[in-house]
Amino acid sequence: MMELIRDGFVIAGKDLRKEWKTKETISVMLIFSALVVLVFSFAFDPANQTVKTVIPGLVWLITIFSALLGLNRSFASELENGCLNGLRAAPIDPASIYIGKVIANFVLVLFVQMVSIPVLFILFDYRFAGSLLWFLATVFLGTYGLIIIGTFLAALAVNAQNSEMLLPVLLLPLLSPLMIGAVQASAAFAGGENMESAMSWIQLMAGYDLLFTAVCLLLFEYILEDS
Amino acid sequence: MKELVAMLEIKNLSKALGERPVLRNLSFAVNKGEILAVTGPNGAGKSTLFKCAAGLMKPGGGKIFLDGRPVKRNSPEVKRKIGFLGHEPFLYPSLSAVENLRFYGKLYKVKDLDEKAFELLRKVGLHYFKDMPVRSFSRGMIQRLAIARVLLPEPEILLLDEPHTGLDRDGLALFNGILLEKKAEGAAILLITHDFSQVETLADRALLLKKGKITASMELRNPSGRISVGKWYEEAVNAG
Ligand SMILES: Nc1ncnc2c1ncn2[C@@H]1O[C@H](COP(=O)(O)OP(=O)(O)O)[C@@H](O)[C@H]1O
Ligand SMILES: [Mg+2]
Repeated sequence: MMELIRDGFVIAGKDLRKEWKTKETISVMLIFSALVVLVFSFAFDPANQTVKTVIPGLVWLITIFSALLGLNRSFASELENGCLNGLRAAPIDPASIYIGKVIANFVLVLFVQMVSIPVLFILFDYRFAGSLLWFLATVFLGTYGLIIIGTFLAALAVNAQNSEMLLPVLLLPLLSPLMIGAVQASAAFAGGENMESAMSWIQLMAGYDLLFTAVCLLLFEYILEDS
Repeated sequence: MKELVAMLEIKNLSKALGERPVLRNLSFAVNKGEILAVTGPNGAGKSTLFKCAAGLMKPGGGKIFLDGRPVKRNSPEVKRKIGFLGHEPFLYPSLSAVENLRFYGKLYKVKDLDEKAFELLRKVGLHYFKDMPVRSFSRGMIQRLAIARVLLPEPEILLLDEPHTGLDRDGLALFNGILLEKKAEGAAILLITHDFSQVETLADRALLLKKGKITASMELRNPSGRISVGKWYEEAVNAG
């Protein structure tokens, strides 16, 4: 078990070091989220009160689509020089490859969120009225679930032709229960209304995350196997 | 006297890719300290055979034994003993030579990693390029680094798929020296090559793989009645 996590961190460390050197993925993710914020600030009048209610939803729009950019690269980058086979031939549990990719993707998406969410709130002059702690917990749970499922499906899609198209088609339907919960709960915790009902959304999200963590860890070794 | 246990034994291995059978009922064994050359026409199934042995492909049928024990797939203890050099180098282009070695060394739990990595880089002649990204390497340099990557965990079985590709004269001599050294240390070495002079200098035995079957084999270490490998190959390929 310790070995599994340690190997996972070695792989994540390699991915992040690569990213640090090339900044290939993170730059695209950041540019994308900046564009979304910019377009929305032009499309909607930030002074309009009703616009404020869609801001928590915007957080998830930015998260999902910038995450997709990272997820698509995550396994595709291992195909160059056959590196994925290098990992498969290594004396490690295949699940540690999954754990490593989850950690690396999670770090990238969290970084994008740390930059884009404050900018979004400031640009729309959003008055935070609820519980910041629970809001952050919601963001964490939603993002974690997104990465857990997204990383799994990215590995599944990587050997297919047009994997960039396949990933969103598989991912978005599977994510919808989680994202409905995430949008509802983050709106409630940011706005300070209906915080009780938001707690049940949080529970749903936590359950969803746990379930998919277990399923993906168990099944990962089978999706890496070829013929 | 105790019977000699083969380091790697393959029994009745079969494999189909899609509908086509690529390997049919292969059986052979390699001992400790032996170099076995595998030759054969393109598309004969040589690379497929090595991928099955390295655990990258699931055999369709048959058994693989390592040190006398049947191989359970995906077992880390088994994979640790195998060094596989394929057509692709398994190196990350944006990382430097030493970063690549460090990464694999950590996955293989190599002890004294830095020391060993630098020693190997010196050995394959890449010492001065150790901090350069692999992206900027020439083909031969990449091959040298790929060889260092395979040797880093000190594998007991080497599966080398056309390892001479891209190496210059110095690289060849260097690599052959390393192979003989590993052989003396007791490693079992399987080598796919089309270069008969390399077979003659290195190998103890040669197999000919044709359409997924072993159709001929040749001992190279008993000088009596020895014909050249080229001639042997010619005759064996055209037979039947
Ligand atoms: N992924 C694959 N799907 C279908 N057929 C394959 C695949 N890989 C290899 N083959 C076929 O298997 C045969 C053996 O290939 P290979 O083992 O690479 O040959 P060799 O290394 O001896 O030249 C070839 O005829 C090739 O067309
Ligand atoms: Mg081949």
